[in-house]
Amino acid sequence: MTASNFDRTRYSRFYSQMLRIRAFEQAAIKAKEEGLVLGAIHPSIGQEAAAVGVCENLKPDDILLSTHRGHGHTLSKGASPEAMMRELLGKVGGNCGGKGGSMHIADFSVGMLGANGVVGANINIAVGAAHAIKLKGEDKLVVCIFGDGAINRGPFLEGLNWAKIFNLPVLFVCEDNAYSATTHTRDTTAGEGPVARAKALGLEAQSIDGNDVVAVDIATQDYIRRVKMHGPHLLHLKTYRLGGHTSTDAAGYRPTGEADEKWNHDPLVRCRTLLTEAGVAVAELDNLEADASREMAAIYATARDAPFPPAIEAYADVQDIGDPRTEAF
Amino acid sequence: MKQMTYLEAGREGLAEMMREDPTVWALGEDLGRGGVFGQYHGLQQEFGKDRIADTPISESCILGSAVGAAMMGTRPVVEMRFADFALCAVDELVNQAAKARYMFGGQARVPMVVREPSGLWRSSAAQHSQSLEAWYAHIPGLVVVMPATPADNKSLLKQAIRCDDPVVYLEHKDLWALQGPVDDDAPDLPLGKARIARAGSQITLLSWSAMFHQAMQAAELLAAQGVSAEVIDLRSLWPWDKATVCESVGRTGHLLIVHEAVRVGGFGAEIAATVSEKLFGQLKSAPARLAAPRIPISYAPTMENEVRISAEQIAAAALKQIGKINA
Repeated sequence: MTASNFDRTRYSRFYSQMLRIRAFEQAAIKAKEEGLVLGAIHPSIGQEAAAVGVCENLKPDDILLSTHRGHGHTLSKGASPEAMMRELLGKVGGNCGGKGGSMHIADFSVGMLGANGVVGANINIAVGAAHAIKLKGEDKLVVCIFGDGAINRGPFLEGLNWAKIFNLPVLFVCEDNAYSATTHTRDTTAGEGPVARAKALGLEAQSIDGNDVVAVDIATQDYIRRVKMHGPHLLHLKTYRLGGHTSTDAAGYRPTGEADEKWNHDPLVRCRTLLTEAGVAVAELDNLEADASREMAAIYATARDAPFPPAIEAYADVQDIGDPRTEAF
Repeated sequence: MKQMTYLEAGREGLAEMMREDPTVWALGEDLGRGGVFGQYHGLQQEFGKDRIADTPISESCILGSAVGAAMMGTRPVVEMRFADFALCAVDELVNQAAKARYMFGGQARVPMVVREPSGLWRSSAAQHSQSLEAWYAHIPGLVVVMPATPADNKSLLKQAIRCDDPVVYLEHKDLWALQGPVDDDAPDLPLGKARIARAGSQITLLSWSAMFHQAMQAAELLAAQGVSAEVIDLRSLWPWDKATVCESVGRTGHLLIVHEAVRVGGFGAEIAATVSEKLFGQLKSAPARLAAPRIPISYAPTMENEVRISAEQIAAAALKQIGKINA
């Protein structure tokens, strides 16, 4: 890509979004260390280009399904980081009212139909959402993001096959961070991986550098057009999880030096380099970084100071009929 | 009043809902050819392949995709072929359908019906005969319905489709051909309401699904011996109609629960415990259960019959319970 056709405005926005995700994750990790986040969190540090490159191309009414490592996707789809941080802390004003926490973050108002605590479970739900879109004749699509570990679960086969035979508007995105929890995925995966498996089912699929936000952006734009014309496609984004499986996992199982080397390919640094080479002023980029840090520090503080929901809320939204209380009757 | 079979009543209920509400659709294996038992016969001709969708043998995607489609504002009716096969989709039902509304803080609604043909008929052995309703009643977020008659199969299926929460709808395979009156003008039943099918004064026989009919026959046998038995069809396991059950047992003083499922951890245990807690001082005998031994279901009739409960067994147990005989 030459400097002349590089869209500085667009990629400055992308860079800003990546910085916001990084700052959100750092704030969440800090909150976890301080005991404010009560459950596990799965930070997406190192994977921001995948989230932003895909989700910046979605319209508000397009549908997104995400994973347990979904903070970046959710933020990119337009959810409020303050509501997200409150959810992580289990506080009033969280996206899910404190009932879900990090692994069940969802914001239906921006088309984000949920992270999922079960690897691969979002694939079947995503194809069903696309099935409903087709039945209703609506002009929108579903993006389903899952990890490399999910391709070894049954829903990957069932969901891709289903999407193909019903010709559904789904873009499957395999965000491959190389690790299935704490085991390298290549040690547990037969064959050539997600692209080969998708092609075997008749889907068009390609593998690209998931740390190059421009490449992800271009591929996503192309695939969104194709999905609307020809049905399901799969995009394989090769990235790397710079941290552990959870925020408290020191990831000692990785070969010495592997993570250090991968920091050289940090998608934020790469995007910043592209922007400076395209003539964007360093001061402007520094301002974006400072803005992101300030924003997330502020939402961290308000989330910290918010109250927990009242216990009685535990009985709301179970189901319409049947009293759930043990003392009922 | 017209007569129709349990199977036809379910089909008519679904067809009426599909005519009434364009967001209702059905998905499952072989539905275009009527479904494995013919419950969908002719529906694809009327409603087309999009709304009566033939799916791959992909139970987890059949159920899981319905969760997504329900969250997006349609009302899928999921056909699982046999209740036993729904176990391939336990994550989709238990972790996804039952939890989505709650764990997303009320943002999601999952209005779907999971039809699971259930129970014993003849020589279908361990993977095509089970009654697993107690599992579902244990899961917060699920409604559990088990119709016993043609009229109920029509009315309760329609109400299940109208329900905004996921409903596990267990039809009994041995009832498909059962004939009965269906009143098109009757108001649809509320979910969670039991029926006192036969009034009596000396013992309450409580059952649901196919076993309800054995309980009715047992009441006839008891009447011939001068015993007045009340028979209740529970219809829904969640919510279950505690008020009707307790009112009846309060009058008769004796409760015998009969179900086809394994006795250990069966839903009868929940009812017996609740009635014991609520009515302890009014009971003339400890609430009793007649249910299957804890063995898988066999193929050969001699062994299969070990898990069957007959009207004669129910009548004998009732007589023993009220102290008429010392068997």
